[in-house]
Amino acid sequence: MIGPSRSAAEARDAILEAQARYALCLDDGRLEEWPGFFHAACSYRITTAENHRAGLEAGVVWADSRAMLEDRVSALREANIYERHAYRHLTGLPVVTEDAEGWRAETPFLVARIMRDGATDLFATGRYLDLWRPDSEGRLRLAERVVLCDSRRVDTLLAIPL
Amino acid sequence: MNTTIAWPEGRLTRVPYALYQEEDVARAEQARIFRGPAWHYLCLETELPAPGSFRTAQVGDMPVVVTRDEAGALHAFENRCAHRGALIVLEDAGQAKQLSCVYHAWTYSLSGELISVAFRRGIRGKGGMPECFDMAAHRPRALRVTSFCGLVFGTLAETTPPIEEVMGPEVTARIRRVLEGRKPVVLGRFTQALPNNWKLYAENVRDSYHASLLHLFFTTFEVNRLTQKGGLIVSGRGGSHVSWSAIEKEAADSSYAAQGIRSDSANYRLKAPELLAGWDEFGDGITLQILSVFPGFVLQQIQNSLAVRQIVPRGVDRTDLNWTYLGFADDTPEQRRARLRQSNLVGPAGFVSMEDGCVGGFVQRGVAAAGELAGVLEMGGESAETTDTRATEASVRGFWKEYRAVMGM
Repeated sequence: MIGPSRSAAEARDAILEAQARYALCLDDGRLEEWPGFFHAACSYRITTAENHRAGLEAGVVWADSRAMLEDRVSALREANIYERHAYRHLTGLPVVTEDAEGWRAETPFLVARIMRDGATDLFATGRYLDLWRPDSEGRLRLAERVVLCDSRRVDTLLAIPL
Repeated sequence: MNTTIAWPEGRLTRVPYALYQEEDVARAEQARIFRGPAWHYLCLETELPAPGSFRTAQVGDMPVVVTRDEAGALHAFENRCAHRGALIVLEDAGQAKQLSCVYHAWTYSLSGELISVAFRRGIRGKGGMPECFDMAAHRPRALRVTSFCGLVFGTLAETTPPIEEVMGPEVTARIRRVLEGRKPVVLGRFTQALPNNWKLYAENVRDSYHASLLHLFFTTFEVNRLTQKGGLIVSGRGGSHVSWSAIEKEAADSSYAAQGIRSDSANYRLKAPELLAGWDEFGDGITLQILSVFPGFVLQQIQNSLAVRQIVPRGVDRTDLNWTYLGFADDTPEQRRARLRQSNLVGPAGFVSMEDGCVGGFVQRGVAAAGELAGVLEMGGESAETTDTRATEASVRGFWKEYRAVMGM
């Protein structure tokens, strides 16, 4: 059961809003707020369309709890060394459907990466395969986000999440 | 080569930066190393599961097709039609009885022999190939193929000794340790595009000196609580190596339960310490084994995270690093989950390896104006030999020892 009932249109609006906030959060560098978009029990994975089609389970990022996402943010802040850079996410319109688990959304994205020296490149394109569910207060959070990159190739490194 | 590389005769403690920059060095490497007498990793046997399986691979600039024929034997040949040179296979992998070039439909057997030429007899008695055209004399270059512990290697050279001999007994034993008698399963494939010359990654993977200095994840999160021992194995030729570390036997015994998954969270600062939950898979307490085979093959065991990495040059300042994450067919669901969690340590987003993606680029950019100067490799002395410390650059010197021998420098 998915909590207080929403119409499909309301759910779509809420997902659009949440995705816009998600993208700004990452692009503004407010990484500490990023795990808050997820339920405590959640799944987050970054992989390729090719692996997904072949049913291969691994991800370049693979998390099965919000705590793992929090650790990733701590690692990026405290441990990992990389050149300063930022992303700009553009997310397209989601296709939203409802099933017994919650609201399923599929949303295309483009991410540009802006490096310290100003070089701006198209870093990733792909789609989010999501499962959104309301928390106890009715706010939609991600129970599942699979980030499917269209290309198998990652340029240099993937530090900031997608 | 036109370039005169200022490389002190007989010494391995300096690396001229020009080696990362010069087009003619890169061209010579393609001829002398990638089309020369070295074994090159192609794929895993498990990626060619049945008769008729094929897969494309890359040996330096050379596109390659690897196949399993009807009798189960492995073959590899250049992915280049003997007619006009077009790629024969355009897929990453698949099943086929024979392989046809799309351009003029010249068709090859799974072992790369030319078996038919379209319109060979012409049309209504006109055109066609000359009577004397010898089908057997036309085929893409064949690679010799060898399979060791499920890893498939190939070489164009007639003279390359068996791969066990090239790697030497110690490196050979450490591959057996991970793969012998097991059935690997591919968990995922990723390509990391590195902004640097391929040799900078080949050095990085052999560089046991940088590990605790550049990669701060384990120390920051206070994960290395147990007394660690470790060492470095350098092959006789120099270019293959193993860097390993282990928890001491007594600590291992108390830490690892006799079976099952360890999640020993007492002192971790991680909120999800299950990231590092694992088991003593090989029964020897070795938690890290990074192994390379000259020139471009890497086998990684970091706890229970296993992967094959292949280094493919893409120009003087571009390299593809192909990652194949592995498990085994007999993994329990719990073990498989542990591997997937631990895979966060490696790859382009890996907690302990993301820095390796950019550090080669830092060197490539740093030396841009310093082609006549050289890098320093004196940590641990001048030799390129096996040692019981990892505070050394012995295996980086070993890489250059074999490189210079193969390149004739």
